Amino acid sequence: MKSAGATLAIARNTFTELVRQKVFFFLLIFALLIIGNSAFMAKFSFQEQFQMLKDISLGAMSVFTSLIAILATANFLPKDMEDRTIYTLLAKPVPRYRYLLGKLLGIITLLACATLLMSALFLATLWLRESTVLAETRAQMAGGSTEELAMAVKEVTDATFNINLLPGIAIIFIKSALLASLTLFISSFATSSIFTILMAAALYFIGHLQSTAREYWLSGVDVEWWSRLLAASVAILFPDLQAFNLTDDIIAGTAVPLALFLNTAGLGVLYVAVYFALAALVFSGREL
Amino acid sequence: MKHRKIVALGLLCLFGSAVLPLQSMLQREAQAAHFQKTALSINLRERIGQAGFLAALSGFRSPLAALLWIQAHTAWENTEWGRMAGLFETVTTLQPRSLPYWDMAAWHMAWNASIAALQNEKQPSEAIRIRAQRAYIQLGRDFLERGILNNPDRPQLHLQLGVLLRDKVEDHCAAAEEFLKASKYPDAPAYAARFAGYEMAKCPGREREAYDYLRKLYEEGEKQRLPSLINLLRQMENKLDIPPSNRILSDVPNSEN
Repeated sequence: MKSAGATLAIARNTFTELVRQKVFFFLLIFALLIIGNSAFMAKFSFQEQFQMLKDISLGAMSVFTSLIAILATANFLPKDMEDRTIYTLLAKPVPRYRYLLGKLLGIITLLACATLLMSALFLATLWLRESTVLAETRAQMAGGSTEELAMAVKEVTDATFNINLLPGIAIIFIKSALLASLTLFISSFATSSIFTILMAAALYFIGHLQSTAREYWLSGVDVEWWSRLLAASVAILFPDLQAFNLTDDIIAGTAVPLALFLNTAGLGVLYVAVYFALAALVFSGREL
Repeated sequence: MKHRKIVALGLLCLFGSAVLPLQSMLQREAQAAHFQKTALSINLRERIGQAGFLAALSGFRSPLAALLWIQAHTAWENTEWGRMAGLFETVTTLQPRSLPYWDMAAWHMAWNASIAALQNEKQPSEAIRIRAQRAYIQLGRDFLERGILNNPDRPQLHLQLGVLLRDKVEDHCAAAEEFLKASKYPDAPAYAARFAGYEMAKCPGREREAYDYLRKLYEEGEKQRLPSLINLLRQMENKLDIPPSNRILSDVPNSEN
């Protein structure tokens, strides 16, 4: 119980520290991006406007959360060592894995807040645009029949908010938590934050190709042995980040079955737990 | 420390191997639900450049498609039809499940570009202008047909193809088939079935079938009893010489709509 309290204290401290580092300033850029986007899009049809607003906003959410996850996680260990806070902490009866868990929880809380705030901004913009377009549509269809008006209104509402956007956003958050955990694992043996960031960025790209390598390997195509070995290594060592890219198709109107969402979320949580466990294992033997 | 790193690597390999079937199962599940079906080919790589391809591979297909769509819009404002067609091709490859992209690409090609080609003052030969017009209409039709292949679970593109076949190709038999296909989807708008009947009525040899079909719609109730449907039924009853006892109710007022 005492350890859990220490973990939560570290998590709270990590979160506060990141907030003080003005991490949330990125929200200004996000807001400018989506508001500017919706103002610029006025010349497009409403279907195009909503499509692009969703494309840009969810894409930006994915970029920002991934960047925060990698940069915030890569930085904390070297920083704690540099200003010696890690020694003060670990001198107390706090196991190393608790220290890492606290840090990871702090970063995941920050990611959750960032995702919630961006979602709120995005949904508010979408709602405002929808209200404007609906008002215009009602004014244009004032002389028409009730059936025609209902059809026009349905066309607008169908193009704007879609309940499937919510699981899509949840998966963006889980992917960022996975990246934070993966970066934590790298930083558990890395000697500098630059190395951690570069490695995490490389893994980000390789992770998106993992499914291709896996299919190539498992399909049993008759190729050189070393080529199959390479594909097998990529498939086994790296996470399948492509599995977490549901938003591209959600934006296009594809519905997410509950089983698919739960399985994807479950896989994400499993990755987070495993990378954390590996990070704790390596970090427990690290000389500080 | 070194020992722990080796153990961690071993555990990572074990976990990676154990999770492989789960990943494959998840991928199949996603593809069955129409996710992750986009094929990123070398051809696409040539069209969007290395940076674009990298972005598409990294999960930024939709923002990239949106940016290219803006470029296509600029090309439209500058009436660069060829460039537009190329950009539409790329956007629809990146986002094949996005209906507005297929729909708008087809509309720009079959309506705007085809008219521009027909009215091209730089081309003195009318035959060449008409040929160019038909080529753009065909391009629009291709977009819709490929869009339907990528979205077999949605009626909207069948409807748009029906409109294109009706208004631009004037092939009423083919248009009727498309409207019919659209009307069979559970989320199809009510007008899809009516449009199918209207086009069937213009298809030589299918008049009787069209009458029976429209009559069936009429029997569905007030929702389908629009003036255009009633007028067409009346015309067809005269044309097909339907016995008075079998005609639609005589108390239905005649309308010009």
